[in-house]
Order: sequence, then C-alpha cells, then structure tokens
Amino acid sequence: MSRQVIFNILRYNPQLPNVTPHLQRYLLEAADGMTLFIALNEIREHQDATLQFDFVCRAGICGSCAMLINGRPRLACRTLVADLPDENTLAPLPFFELIGDLSVNTGKWMRGMSERLSVWLHAQEMEVDTRRIEERMDAETAEAVYELDRCVECGCCVAACGTARMRPDFVGAVGLGKIARFRADPRDMREDADFYELIGDDTGVFGCMSLLACHDVCPKTLPLQTQIAFLRRKMAAQTIKSAGKKTSLR
Amino acid sequence: MKTVITDVLVIGGGLAGLRAAIGVRNRGHEALVLSLVPPKRSHSSAAQGGMQASLANVIRGQGDCEDIHFEDTVRGSDWGADQIVARMFVNTAPKAVRELAAWGMPWSRITAGDREVIINGQKTTLTERQDAHGLIAQRDFGGTKKWRTCYASDGTGHAMLFTVSDQAIRRGIAVRERVEALSLIHEGGRCYGAVARDLVTGEIFSCLAKATVIATGGAGRLYRVTTNAVICEGMGHALALETGVAPLGNMEAVQFHPTGIFPAGILVTEGCRGDGGVLRDAEGRRFMPDYEPEKKELASRDVVSRRMEEHIRKGNGVASRFGEHLWLDITQLGRRHIEHNLREVKEICESFLGIDPAEKWIPVRPAQHYTMGGVRTKYTGESPWLEGLFAAGEAACWDLHGFNRLGGNSVAETVVAGMIVGEFIADFCDDPNNSIDAPLTLAKTCVRREEDSLRALLASHGQENAFRLCAEMQEIMTRCMGIFRHADGLQDGMHHLQRLLQRSRDIGISGKSWGSNSELVAAYRVRRMLKLALTIAHGAYQRTESRGAHFREDFPQRNDREWLKRTLAFWPEEEATLPTLSYESLDVTKMELPPGWRGYGAKNHIEHPETEARQFAVERIRSHAQTQGKDRFTLQEQLMPYLECLPANLRGKNERLDEPLENEE
Repeated sequence: MSRQVIFNILRYNPQLPNVTPHLQRYLLEAADGMTLFIALNEIREHQDATLQFDFVCRAGICGSCAMLINGRPRLACRTLVADLPDENTLAPLPFFELIGDLSVNTGKWMRGMSERLSVWLHAQEMEVDTRRIEERMDAETAEAVYELDRCVECGCCVAACGTARMRPDFVGAVGLGKIARFRADPRDMREDADFYELIGDDTGVFGCMSLLACHDVCPKTLPLQTQIAFLRRKMAAQTIKSAGKKTSLR
Repeated sequence: MKTVITDVLVIGGGLAGLRAAIGVRNRGHEALVLSLVPPKRSHSSAAQGGMQASLANVIRGQGDCEDIHFEDTVRGSDWGADQIVARMFVNTAPKAVRELAAWGMPWSRITAGDREVIINGQKTTLTERQDAHGLIAQRDFGGTKKWRTCYASDGTGHAMLFTVSDQAIRRGIAVRERVEALSLIHEGGRCYGAVARDLVTGEIFSCLAKATVIATGGAGRLYRVTTNAVICEGMGHALALETGVAPLGNMEAVQFHPTGIFPAGILVTEGCRGDGGVLRDAEGRRFMPDYEPEKKELASRDVVSRRMEEHIRKGNGVASRFGEHLWLDITQLGRRHIEHNLREVKEICESFLGIDPAEKWIPVRPAQHYTMGGVRTKYTGESPWLEGLFAAGEAACWDLHGFNRLGGNSVAETVVAGMIVGEFIADFCDDPNNSIDAPLTLAKTCVRREEDSLRALLASHGQENAFRLCAEMQEIMTRCMGIFRHADGLQDGMHHLQRLLQRSRDIGISGKSWGSNSELVAAYRVRRMLKLALTIAHGAYQRTESRGAHFREDFPQRNDREWLKRTLAFWPEEEATLPTLSYESLDVTKMELPPGWRGYGAKNHIEHPETEARQFAVERIRSHAQTQGKDRFTLQEQLMPYLECLPANLRGKNERLDEPLENEE
C-alpha cells in the first residue's frame, strides 16, 4: 500500500485579514520521485485551489521556493517526499514580507539589499570597447568569483539568521556574500575602505553573531562561514586603519 | 483606473527584456519592466552550458570567426533562419560576451599549457596557447565546427542573469514584480502598451508607452514533459496573437533537448556531451556513432533527439516503471571535472535522482526545450503589423533559429537581441513622430474589458476545471506534436485541442478571490495556451515536409521546393478554434549560404528551383574574390550585405588573437 503523508500548512492571506493564521491539514498519497513541487501542486489542483506558494524552475536553480520545511529553511523543489516523515509542517520563510501562505516577497527585499550595498561591479571604466579582446583573469580567480556568484537569493540564510531576527536592517549572509564576491573580483576597483562604508557596522559584518545557521542551510553550499569570518577580519583591520588615520589627522 | 505612463514598456524580466531595458535607458529613455517573478528568478537562469560567440581563444576554437558561426547557425536552422539576422547576431555575440565580462560576468578562463580532455570517448591532451592565458574559455557544443561556447562552469545563464540584473538595478530601472500583462492596448495598427494585472492584489491597470517589448521567453509548458520553468507558458506569444493583427512565426518549430532527466524532464546541459559525455542504451552500448558517424553525440539537438527516440523504438530503451529511457554517461570525465565544470548537473543528479554522476549513468530522454516560433518581427525587432510592438529573445521570431536552434545560441540571442533591439527601440522613441498622446479612453476601454472578462470568469458556474484542461492539453501536445509527427496524430490532436478550447469557455472557479487566485490565473491562461497549442498543431499539420525539429514521418524529406517559407499564424476572430495561416517565402537568390546538406542528419532534401543558380553565383563570387585576394569581410559584403542593418555602434569588427584590429577609430 502506498504511503499517506500529512502536510500541516500555515495558512494566512494578508489580503483577507479577517481569517486568522492557522495550520491547515492536507493528506496526500506519496508517489515515486515526488518532490514538494509535485506534492504542493497536487494539493492545489485537487484539494485546495486557494493555496499560495512559489515555484519557477523546479530544478533547484532559481531559488523561488524556499520555505520552512519542518522548521528548517530549504528549497521545496529539491525536497523529496520520500525523505520526509509521515507528518510535516510547512510554513513561509520568516523575516520577509508575507504575500500569502507559503509565498514571501524575497524579491523586494533582495532588490533593496542590492541597492543599499550597491552589489554590482564597480569597474574603473564604465564603457569598454567591446570590439577589443577582453581583460585577462586567472582561471582560478574566475572560478573563485563564480563560486560566490552562485548565490540564488533564495533567502534561506536570512530566514535562518539569529541576527536578522533581532535586527530587521541586517544585510544577512546573502548581502555579505555579495560583498565578498565583488571584493574577490579583481575588476572591482573598490577598496576595503569602500566596503567598510557599506558593511562596517552592526547592520553589516559586525552584526553577525557567528551562529552560522546561514552556512548550514545554504542550498548552494556557499562557503559563508569562511567568507564572513574573512570579511570580518578585513573590516576589523579597516576599523583600526581608519581610526589610525583619524588620530593622525588630529 | 490606474494608469502608468513610461517610454518603453518591457514585458518580461529575463535576459532579453533586461538588456533591452538597459539599452533604452542608456539612450535616455525611461523603461518599466513587468515581470511575473523577481527578475533573477527568470528562466534565463536555467541556461547551463553556455553562450556561443566566436572569440577563438581556446586551441580548439582557433580559426573560428563570424563566418563559421554564421554557417553553423544557418545549417542548424535547416535553412529556416533569416540569414541577415544570423549575420547581425554572429557579429554582435563576441561584443555581448565582452560587455558582460566588463560588467562582472565570471566567465571561465583559459590556463595556458597542457590539459587533459575527453574527445569522442578518448583521453586527449590539448595545449592552450601562452597568449591565450586568462582569456575567456570556450567548450564544445552540438552542431558547431569549432569550440565556441563561452561559459561560467555550468551556471552560465544564472551568472549572466545576475550580472545583467545587477546592471539594471544600478541604472535604477523600475521592475514591477508579480505583475502579468493580460492584453496589448492597440488601435489602428499602433501599439500603445498593455493592460496589466497585479498577481497579488488582483488590481488591473494600464501601462501606456511609446514602445512595448515582448520578452517573455518560451512556451514549453504547453507540453507535459519540458525542461522549461513553470512560468514559460507562452503568455507573451498570446499577447501578440490575441491582437488579431500581429502574427506568430513558425510556431510548429519546437525543440526537444536530448538530455532531460527522466522522468521529471529537468535539463542536464549539452555541455555534458560537449565535454565528452556519451549516450548509452539498455545494453550499455554507445549508439550515436552508428547513426551519426561524423558528429555522433554532437550533432544538432533535433537530430540527436530523433536518433534517441528511434533507438528506443527499435527496442533498445531501458525499461522503467515510468516508461523507457536511455543513459547519459559522464563518468569518464572524472570527478574533478564534474565538480568544477558541471556542478549544477551534479547537484541536480544528487537532489532529483539520488545519484552521483561521477559514478553512475544519468537516465535521460528528450524533453521539450525551446520555442523557435514567436512574435514575428523584422530584423529591428518590431512587428511589421503593429507599430510600436517589439519582441526579443525566445518570445520573438526575427528569425535567428529557423527550425532548430543550436545549443548555446539561446542565451547568446537574449543579450544580443537586447542590445540590437534596444538600440532600435531607442531610435524609435527618439523619433518625434512616434511620441504619443496617452490614449486614456482607449486604455480605459481595454482595462474594463479585462475586468469584465475576469469578473465573468469568477461568477461563472461553468463545469470545466482549468487545471484539468491544462493537463489534457499537455498530454495531447506531448503525444501528438512531439518529436515524430504524422498527419493522423496531428489531426487527432488538433480535434482534441479544438474541443478543449471550446470547453475552456465553460470553466468554473471555486475560489472567488479577486486577488491572488491560482485557479483564476490558470483559467485565463489555459484559454490562451490552447490557442498557442493550436497554432503549433495547425502549422505542423499543414507543413508537409520535415525541417529541423519539425519531423513528419509521412513527409520525411526537407522540401525546399514547396516549404522554404515561414509560417505566419493570425488569430483574427476571438471565437475561432483555429488560427489563420499564411506564408512568407525565403528568398534563395539573396542567401549567403544557399540550402544544402547540413553535415549531419538525413541527406535527402528536395531542392528549391533557384538553389542551383544561387550556389553557382555564390561560388563565382567566392572564386573571384579569392583570385583578387580579397579578405573575408569584402567577400561577405559581396555575398550578402548586412552591416547597414546593424545599429551603428555594433558594426565594428571583432578582435581575436589571430585577427588583430587595426587601429581604426
């Protein structure tokens, strides 16, 4: 006999404020190779068309479907029902603005973070002659940049973050990871003094309490632990440097 | 009624849309992007293997240039492509790669010296040139004569999308996320923008603009088994089709990717085969060399997919509870290569199959992958039927890919089209004749029409379920409009689809919410998807030949005599159940590369009456140029002048290690 799986899903639609948040129970027959993408669509198509959730690529590439699966932030599309217990709780990622049920507005937060930290390449020359052979870069450097560039902005790291819970203005591991990415990029002209302006306080790298759940939950297995530690060292050094400068100026 | 007014309305926040928005912004015009999802979630991010551009940096790419990229693209298209557009494309692709590099794209780079690779199942040592050290690397892909595909590991689309999206953020380009365009606002052959719906609040509003761009990607979700993301439902295609005046081109040209993982259809990149992976059957035998001795696993996608299905039909498939499949074997590439150059593939195999591809073979079977058809436009990206309506990327048919797109040419097309079409849109907006008096009354009428239609849907007590209709449609498309097509199946499928379209007029909805309501969305989308499905079905039924990805078992030959033409599908009557088709001939006498054998696949086409004369003319021009010692640019100019078609800032020659640029201004 096939296995029956229970999903208790946290339901709340801010558009309908009269309905209080509640857990709703759905029963589903597990199938071979069934992911939460397949399971949730089955529930929506056969049991409850009002259920809200987000999927786009359903292949673990786009980062749309992060949610709390039994309390842990994960990508739902990459979660196999076969690996789950018989009874499960699904909830939206905390921290982000709730759109409804399992859907949260990571897009709006990520854009705000990107603007605030200006996470784009600050090259020396804005306009390049694209007819000409490109600037050179070592293969190892390029790979190291790509490694950090793999972030999909799913929000798992922020949802799992102890600091973010207390400081809504914390840039999160995603923001710090992006700074690390551009810092590692030889094409970016910014120096530590510039990065310090962006993340050299408690909303940035000094807000991190090194609980590092971000590192544990990152679905792209980004090296967040080492990158944050490294950034903190560099930024701390920068603190001393700029403090020195100020003193000598005086 | 809320009205948003902007210069350029971009529908779709993927690579093509964002790059076009950046283009017009750089020229001083305001752009507003509407996107179903946050732009960085767009399906562009799923492109893994890379982007073709003839940089000729790696040793196996040495000697590559626009000419070879052009010929590969036209052969790949089975001569369906517009050769002028293909020329514009190949000249711009290297510039696009270099622009992205300057914007921060982490392209994989070359290390000089020896490296071990797998070519045709054999370990081979390649020696990269000293002067290529640190330049952008290229890998091998199907249907190409040179190693031309630039990449960032196997997350190329992701890295490109983040690079371009960050540049859009840097320029402060406004994006309205979770907003869907429902219909175009147009009158008297002029497009004025679109009616849009906020998918969270349900609010319907109008966006008025001088120019409107459809950059919504493909329509893979018409099929049950597809590599496409769930948002790839062809709604941009439908926007144009439903105007009744702007046609879609070549909708029957649908690409199936050889290696969708089985049975979920999730893509594993062509880079697997480009890097040396092979296909194996139930016996574990490598079978592609038997069918395609020259290109083997690296023939074009249409050919490889067809051969795979043929091999399964002959009883060589691997049986499983979900049906039959074949194997993709990348174990010989070694763990190091897989963990560095194919890491997304590795993650996908681990998460969805529970296997380690460095140890075990990957179950694969062809899956719908790419929509060659799209909003028919001129080389400028503008619809000749609806002024002010542009299209770019997969949603467009300008027409770069003809009946089969080469791997690596799609993400390349997105940014290249964004660059080219972006310039033409800016030109269009610069022209004072194209400024508009915001047609508020028209906008109001259009908004009201959409509101009434959604209200009627919500109030309906119809008997039909939108999700079920969609599933039935996907089943029919996969069964009847797939890799092998036949009049009987096509006709049968078409009748079923027509019935579904009629039934879709009687959809009932249980949840009555005006805001976020997946049932409502499914209801209005499935009606549009069915129209698109019917344009594919009708076009495929009428096209009694085989060309590129369109393969008719009852007409297995490519027939240039009758069918060297592009299908145009109009939907003039809302109540109709079939599109109106017409055809646009391709002019053989102007082709730089006259029709011939592709170099792989069947060798049995029926000649166009003008081909021989054109071939003769081309040969004469070639030998004449050769005896006169003319360079390749002069020869090209004599064969098919195109440079004037490109925006002025994109006309320059491309520098290569072996082809230095003279110091011209």
